[in-house]
Amino acid sequence: MTKRSMSPTDYSRRDTLRMMAISGAAGLMAPNLLGRPAFATTPPASPTGRVVVGLSQEPTVFNPLMPHIEVDDAVHFSVFDALVRMDPKGVFVPNLAAEVPNQKNGDISQDGLQWRVRLRDDVRWHDGKPFTAEDVKFTLELITNPKFRAWRTAGHSLVHDIQVVSPTEITWRMKEPFAPYLSFLAETFIVPKHILEKEADPNTATFNQAPIGTGAFKWGKRVAGDHIELIANPTYVGEGPFVERLVFKYIPDMTVLYTQFKSGAVDLVDQAYITAEHYEDGRKLPGKKVTLEHSPSIESIYLNLGRPQFKDPAVREALYTAIDRKAIIDTIYYGVGAPTETFMPQSSFYYNPNLPAQEFNLDRARKMLDQAGWKPGSDGIRAKDGVRLSFANSTTAGNNLREQTQQFLQQTFAQIGVEMKISNLPAAVMWGEFWLKSQFDTAMVGVTYLIAADPDATNRLATSAIAAQGGRGSNTGQYSNPEVDSLLQQGARAFDQEARRKIYNRVQEVVRNDLPFLPLFESLNVIGRKEKLTGFTVNTNTRTASWNAASWYWAS
Amino acid sequence: MRGFLLSRLSQSLVLLVIVSIIGFGILNLLPGGPMAQFGLDPGMTQNDLERLKEQLGLNRHLSVQYFDWAWRLLRGDWGRSYRDGAPVLALISEHLFATLLLMGTSTAIAIAIGTWIGIRGATHRYSLFDYFATIGAMVALSIPTFWFGLVGIYIFSLKLGWLPVGNMYEIGAEPSVLNYLHHLILPSLVLSLVHVAVWSRYMRSATLDAISQDFVKTARAKGLSERRILMKHVVGNALLPMITLAGMQLPSILTGALVTETVFTWPGMGRLFLDSLGYSDYPMVMGLLVFSAIFVVLGNLIADIIVAIVDPRIRLA
Repeated sequence: MTKRSMSPTDYSRRDTLRMMAISGAAGLMAPNLLGRPAFATTPPASPTGRVVVGLSQEPTVFNPLMPHIEVDDAVHFSVFDALVRMDPKGVFVPNLAAEVPNQKNGDISQDGLQWRVRLRDDVRWHDGKPFTAEDVKFTLELITNPKFRAWRTAGHSLVHDIQVVSPTEITWRMKEPFAPYLSFLAETFIVPKHILEKEADPNTATFNQAPIGTGAFKWGKRVAGDHIELIANPTYVGEGPFVERLVFKYIPDMTVLYTQFKSGAVDLVDQAYITAEHYEDGRKLPGKKVTLEHSPSIESIYLNLGRPQFKDPAVREALYTAIDRKAIIDTIYYGVGAPTETFMPQSSFYYNPNLPAQEFNLDRARKMLDQAGWKPGSDGIRAKDGVRLSFANSTTAGNNLREQTQQFLQQTFAQIGVEMKISNLPAAVMWGEFWLKSQFDTAMVGVTYLIAADPDATNRLATSAIAAQGGRGSNTGQYSNPEVDSLLQQGARAFDQEARRKIYNRVQEVVRNDLPFLPLFESLNVIGRKEKLTGFTVNTNTRTASWNAASWYWAS
Repeated sequence: MRGFLLSRLSQSLVLLVIVSIIGFGILNLLPGGPMAQFGLDPGMTQNDLERLKEQLGLNRHLSVQYFDWAWRLLRGDWGRSYRDGAPVLALISEHLFATLLLMGTSTAIAIAIGTWIGIRGATHRYSLFDYFATIGAMVALSIPTFWFGLVGIYIFSLKLGWLPVGNMYEIGAEPSVLNYLHHLILPSLVLSLVHVAVWSRYMRSATLDAISQDFVKTARAKGLSERRILMKHVVGNALLPMITLAGMQLPSILTGALVTETVFTWPGMGRLFLDSLGYSDYPMVMGLLVFSAIFVVLGNLIADIIVAIVDPRIRLA
């Protein structure tokens, strides 16, 4: 535990603090005397205190292998461990595995078909039973058990011939080489065989309501509709935990969530974070740290390429040119958003920074449409071969920032002879068949393309992933480009990072040129926390701000 | 009495069946469905979504799904929430305490204060008190509860720091009775504002009705004191229609107050219903629908019975 070793400067800071505490006014004087708060930077020797994390949706799924949403991840990352994890820089680090499997150390064969994972031998489940390779085998088999309501099965369905070589070694074969699988494993938490194998039906197991993991925190209790409480696991093999209790509090209203943070009832605002309009106010709060953090979600206008209006590349290019992104980010989103040209998050190793930058220019947009033969009709709306440049844009009803953006775009598009109607739907309707089966004209949507930072976007961009045409994935824009298809196939089979970088840089180039969706910006999350909460780091490769609660502690 | 009960109960059963069929139909006909929450998940493929629908039995014909659900319910199995995997009845009972605490307290406050304001408003008709009470009731009724809630939080929690910003008890702390009470003050007062307004208006007009009755004049002619007339003759009669009103309010005590629960982060039934609806958690929504329908029916039935017992003029056939 390197963090516990103290440098001389830490000592002197702590000593200073102690002396001030004796004088009885440390809390009040420290910030004023030193200009910024001087906190001890070492975690406590034993878990102390509690952290209250505010969430705007309620975590309800505690079996990490069952279908769940982002907020559930907050609990899973604390209660469970995966074989490997991905750190904030996008580098794999061993978790339950003793070493990250790769081709260099021979754990993954050169053809990518034979996998071996060597496991730690010192890990115990929260009930004291030792963790072994049997648990890993059980987990991987449960995911593909047809009776089990599993979450994601992509990747896992390629695994077969799982062999437990020893309690600390497991091997399996893949039906085809699939490089992203390691990333999938970073989001696959291992569940205990000895508990779940006794259950007649894993879908209704008591485990699902009171999970037992190997993670830094043990299950405490849940008050349905209100909060979940986790308790420090003193025998955790990794770093930490340093806080005794971790509370996930469900606060459905975003304004109330912020108010509770402001008043001090909530220590950290996780999913769905602080709303953009409170960013400026939040930054001024004393004793709080409110920061803008990158997220893997790309806010864009999704075009349904199955509609005749969008078949012509000139139309897509013209629409993109007619979007005043700067105005949208600065005036509607309070500056909370980073312009981007691609689906790849800017923090990613695979991000292509050399894509042509969009330039807002209404004259050029008009010229493009003129040249492509889209002529304004009597009503001012352009048309070509009987197809009018008119379409609806849909998003979650009640999302006021998106609704303002829609109105803004409606006006600018009208100036180039394009009619955009606004047709919003409740979330439960919008993201059902309407979205999944490509029943929309265009959608305003924040889409995440990556799974734990793996650049493979097959599920969103490959022709085989168009569900509306009988495909298996979520290519709801119905984008189809043979070059991208073949590149994605190559990328999924390549294990070398540099080779993959070339492939995915090219994918981004082609997609930027084709414009199947019009990127507005890369979403930024406004994350608020108490200044004294130490050890907190953002990891854009996870879906939760609470991915490393084991490292958190309160500065004394 | 027995015949009355039997006929009312059988009517209620038919009503419950109709309510459940309509509810089930509307719920399932709404586009979207339980898979919509995973629509933006980067890793769940169309295959996964189709498989889950199959596993949950959502691909069966709607009538088959309904009869399956109804048959299980008849045998006492309310099903399990899609979202939690927890039994519907367990989730309802977990949320029920929070709702009963909040709604019970606010209704008690509302009845006590509302009755008093109503009676005083009627006996001191067109007095300064009556005017203020009338205007106050109109204001309370026309301004939305969430506004009162937010103003309350702003003044008493953020500015003065007297009361907590919400929640049922201090998060993470061991809840004590005092802690519960402290957290209960603001939401129950805010919520009771509207109920006080409604209750006082009804009570005022009921009292006025009673005061103008002949037996009150007779009592006055007999020389009874105003106080005795009010307590013995007026209030008793004025309270009769209020029993029916209370019966109609009984279900709302159990189904919760969505807006107040949201503003004060109160883990009650209203939130449970809205969340379940948002996730298209069919078993949960249907469970809540049947649960509240039962209490609507029961509330009315109980009110009718009490009125019949209290009011000798009514005989139940």
